[in-house]
Amino acid sequence: MSDQHGMFGASGTGDTSGYGGLVRTVVSPGSSERPYGSYFDEVADDLERAYPEFNDAIEKVIVDRGELTLFVKREKLFDVAKILRDKLLFEMCMGVNGVHYPEDIGRELHAVYPLLSLTNNRRIRLEVAVSVDDPHIPSLVEIWAGNNWHERETYDMFGIIFDGHPALTRILMPDDWNGFPQRKDYPLSGIPVEYKGATTPPPSDRRSYR
Amino acid sequence: MTTFDPYAQPRETTEGTVYSVTGGDWDSIAEEIGAKKEERIVVNMGPQHPSTHGVLRLILELEGETITELRCGIGYLHTGIEKNLEFRNWTQGTTFVTRMDYLSPLFNETAYCLAVEKLLGIEAPERAQVIRVMMMEFNRISSHMVALGTGALELGAMSPMFYAFREREKVLNVFEMISGLRMNMAYIRPGGVQQDLPAGTIPQLRELIKDLRKNFKDNATLLIGNSIWIKRTSGIGYLDLAGCTTLGVTGPVLRATGLPWDLRKAQPYSGYEDYEFDVITADTCDVYGRFLIRMNELEQSLRIIEQCLNKLDKLNGAPVMVEDKKIAWPAQLSVGADGLGNSLEHIRQIMGTSMESLIHHFKLVTEGFRVPAGQSYAAVESPRGELGCHAVSDGGTRPYRVHFREPSFNNLQATSAMCEGSMVADVVGAVASIDPVMGGVDR
Repeated sequence: MSDQHGMFGASGTGDTSGYGGLVRTVVSPGSSERPYGSYFDEVADDLERAYPEFNDAIEKVIVDRGELTLFVKREKLFDVAKILRDKLLFEMCMGVNGVHYPEDIGRELHAVYPLLSLTNNRRIRLEVAVSVDDPHIPSLVEIWAGNNWHERETYDMFGIIFDGHPALTRILMPDDWNGFPQRKDYPLSGIPVEYKGATTPPPSDRRSYR
Repeated sequence: MTTFDPYAQPRETTEGTVYSVTGGDWDSIAEEIGAKKEERIVVNMGPQHPSTHGVLRLILELEGETITELRCGIGYLHTGIEKNLEFRNWTQGTTFVTRMDYLSPLFNETAYCLAVEKLLGIEAPERAQVIRVMMMEFNRISSHMVALGTGALELGAMSPMFYAFREREKVLNVFEMISGLRMNMAYIRPGGVQQDLPAGTIPQLRELIKDLRKNFKDNATLLIGNSIWIKRTSGIGYLDLAGCTTLGVTGPVLRATGLPWDLRKAQPYSGYEDYEFDVITADTCDVYGRFLIRMNELEQSLRIIEQCLNKLDKLNGAPVMVEDKKIAWPAQLSVGADGLGNSLEHIRQIMGTSMESLIHHFKLVTEGFRVPAGQSYAAVESPRGELGCHAVSDGGTRPYRVHFREPSFNNLQATSAMCEGSMVADVVGAVASIDPVMGGVDR
């Protein structure tokens, strides 16, 4: 995921700790092997049975912290979602959330869909990764109409283009806004505040520890 | 007679004539529009309209008094809370998220803390969990009180508002007594709660419950079965189960279709499985059903609070913060001479006895704790439906990304489905029954 240098996470000032050469690599949880535990095996089995192209469509399966994440290829997302709704009874999609991983070259933008099955009382998560140069993902509004605003928000904040969305426009930011505020390369901005002669820099420019 | 207003003259545009109405006499405009052949009118309602619950903008396309199309314009209250979280440490996050849906701050905090705790792989101690449940249920009461009071006011009933806000005030006093603040408390923290209950709280709360239970009846007798109220709400804002599932609508709107879906029962968190309460439903799919559900949930919340108080009696003196000193801020606070909460014992230790403790405290407060890399989703049943928090960590001391699945944001999409084809006057009732809070919608 990223590399952390030094001991105390300080950046922007000289390292006086003597641990400046220390490098720690942070990795996100890797893909899981069967058995996944809980109801996750059953969900995977059902999906495999209902969707013959399972192995082709699902890039990896991650079980972490009691949650199941299916990484889906974007070409297959629509089909997988439709089968999850119709055959596995995930009636509700709790929206979509973008995450920007600038270090994950070629897969910078992730879209995360939490699904909920009222019938079986289950939750799973779909994740799709696309590159920042080609940020197209098929829209799921046709399957879950409630994703309409969520996809608009994700477009607004991350610039992910949901193909087939009925009206993909900005929703929270003004219509003529430039840039996508939730991307990591978009600054938080803010102005320094002076009080009694001392100046406090904006939050993004303060000394920080990682 | 039309008075001349240089800022509100009709203008011709490619879409037709645009009129600005700035209050006062509508007759002249109605007359002028009536003389035109065109039937179709687009009306802009809000964002500064008293019945739109804050800064919601509704764009209505009318034929006569019937709505043919309705769209919502939102974003007027966007404050970039999710972006700001990425520049503060995990504990400071509660101070931000509590300000999203300002009528249910404790639910925002709990959803966030549950997601962080899931990432950390910890669980708050039992007493902290019971306090969380108690605070959330009090919060549900205060939130429903606003929904019922303002909802009634918007439909022209003045008195319910007075009774509702009278009870809400008492609940806010409880919040002030326990956390020091009436709103935006940042009381629930990753690992537990900010501090224990002050001495003598529980007997006071028992008295209050008696009081609330008696007073809730005032509003109930004013509205339940009231023929004018029923005429304004029954059959209005219809949305059935299929509509709810495809639109992702949860909360009282979903339960008004007859489906007893409540995360407190279905997927219990914070120990809700240990409490006895009923999931309230209605089968009318309309505004009246949603109103009845909110009304009856008040009693269920009181039931849960009573059970909390019994549990708290037994857990007297138990910790309210996790043991792990790498995560826990001092939680045994008392009010100092400066009016701020301090833990004198803790200060004595770090300032007087142990240099290492001082360093540790400094590091914990300035840089915060590290959270292992990964992602988690935690959902709670807020007064408006499923409030989900999706938190992503890169192993650092700050959130990498936090996203809130806000029930108000999601449910507001249903306005079009509820209102198109109905009368203009019913929009207000339908929106009030969704109970959107714009702070939560726009974040």
